[in-house]
Amino acid sequence: MEFPDDLKYSREHEWVLVEGDIATIGISAFAEDQLGDVVFVELPAPGDTVSKDDAMGVVESVKAVSDVYAPISGKVTEVNDDLPDNTELVNDDPYGDGWMVKVEISDPAELDDLMDSEEYQRFVAEADG
Amino acid sequence: MSGPSRDKQAGLLLDEPLIFERNRPGQMGVDVAEVEADGLLPAELERAELEGMPEVSEPEVVRHFLRLSQWNLSAATTFYPLGSCTMKYNPIANEAAARMPGFAGLHPMTPDGLAQGALELMAELQDMLAEISGMDAVSLQPAAGAQGELAGMKMIRAYHEDRGDPRRRVLIPASAHGTNPASAALCGYEVAQLDGNAQGVVEPDAVRRAMSSEVAALMITNPNTLGIFEREIAQVAEIVHQQGGLVYLDGANLNALMGVAKPGHIGADVLHFNLHKTFSTPHGGGGPGAGPVGVRQVLADYLPNPRIVRRDDAWAWSSDAPKSIGRVRSFFGNFGMFVRAYAFIKALGGDGLTRATQMAVLNANYVRARLQDTYHLAVPGLCMHECVLTDRNLEGTGIKTLDVAKRLLDYGFYAPTIYFPLVVSGALMIEPTESESLETLDEFIAAMEAIAVEAAEDPDAIHAAPVRTPVGRLDEAKAARKPVLRWRADDSAGG
Repeated sequence: MEFPDDLKYSREHEWVLVEGDIATIGISAFAEDQLGDVVFVELPAPGDTVSKDDAMGVVESVKAVSDVYAPISGKVTEVNDDLPDNTELVNDDPYGDGWMVKVEISDPAELDDLMDSEEYQRFVAEADG
Repeated sequence: MSGPSRDKQAGLLLDEPLIFERNRPGQMGVDVAEVEADGLLPAELERAELEGMPEVSEPEVVRHFLRLSQWNLSAATTFYPLGSCTMKYNPIANEAAARMPGFAGLHPMTPDGLAQGALELMAELQDMLAEISGMDAVSLQPAAGAQGELAGMKMIRAYHEDRGDPRRRVLIPASAHGTNPASAALCGYEVAQLDGNAQGVVEPDAVRRAMSSEVAALMITNPNTLGIFEREIAQVAEIVHQQGGLVYLDGANLNALMGVAKPGHIGADVLHFNLHKTFSTPHGGGGPGAGPVGVRQVLADYLPNPRIVRRDDAWAWSSDAPKSIGRVRSFFGNFGMFVRAYAFIKALGGDGLTRATQMAVLNANYVRARLQDTYHLAVPGLCMHECVLTDRNLEGTGIKTLDVAKRLLDYGFYAPTIYFPLVVSGALMIEPTESESLETLDEFIAAMEAIAVEAAEDPDAIHAAPVRTPVGRLDEAKAARKPVLRWRADDSAGG
């Protein structure tokens, strides 16, 4: 299972790619593997404001329905419109074509709460016990 | 897709096409006289032909639907260990009672004077449920468990508003029954989740921290969905009560307490019963549910109207309770279920109910003890009426919970509840109920052990499962992503 080094990770298993003041967000390979085949994705709309640790979307798999939590606060600038009709992208390419939203970061200090790849892998190993 | 192959139409393993695919122009069942539709319908609604309606002979129609019915698995065909759903056997005696013409033919608008027997049965059933649960009053009105929950939460809301202290929050443990947050939200409450300890049990300290004067109620399922008894329930209830909150007990798992412990004596102010779980009435597609709601005296004024009362030496309906939350259903529950539950309780008696509970807990613990080394046990130690295993010990074989469930069908068992409760990764939730014999449990355990061996030695066989069913492994992801919900004439024409 891959956890790219250039990403940051939340305890709710979202990843964040920071480019300037824009954060691209998706769910990690661990989350996608735990969920199994994703069959439904609900995302916020561009222009919505999301708050750190609040639910901003929903992913549903054949096993379960889970909220997607905002790993950071900000305004949604773009969402992955391909996703709702091609939910398999979340499983096939979680860090690439399976990205979910782009957010304009409102408080860069919040990024400090996120884990780097190594910390996240330890976190996952514990969660998976 | 090709039609059924001959070999699957032979013997007893019968494949069956869609009724539309049985269409043979010119065949028919009953010879119906043609009707002149002239003037009966506006011209634009008339059609000369029903496109795609299959033409099939009567014997073929009968065989078609009978074969489909034989594909069903149920508690009447096989062991059905569906955890949390409690698929216990529905005794035939219950059916005989419910089908007595005086009960089965009763119209809900029958005048009270002509329905005294039915009213008495309901009044007695309410009293028996109150006795079993330790509550002060019961209404049979809610149609099923979820509506019982809603009625219970509406009473809690009415109670707080009546006291001029409307509150906005409801506490719900992570291990509660899945419908609880929905019922609370539907009543306009904000839901706060309480995490359990490592054993999945709610701790008093966690409740103390979450409790405030804004909390209307704690909704707790006991035993919880991990099959574990909430040992601290009395202390937890006291903490909630001290701050003016109420305790809602989800009675989904009452079959682990019946005749042994009374929720009303360990802090519950309101609970709902699932007659289709604890009291052996049919379940799921087998019959409508029944979700009576019971309350302590503090909430009795708010019970739904109408109520069954004793007036002038006879039973009668009354809607004289001004603080009632009102009707929650147009007629009073699902009456046939009351007859069945009544028959069950009377047939077993008090000691029999206790024994049923003990057997349910014993059966679950037998399965747990026999399988806990082969499969990983989610929470160590004794369980109540159900045990939760996981697929962790199969790690490295590529076999997961879903595969185990599919393979069980090949061994002739319905699969347990899987991937629930959500707090357990890869959960296999097994609830044998009191109905099953030791021999049946041993056969199930042997199947589970055989699957674990297969997982290690021949995982491909399990990936292919089920193979001994009319239809093999379905593509569940595709079914959810691109569902085909109806047959169209064009589809079969194009193959």
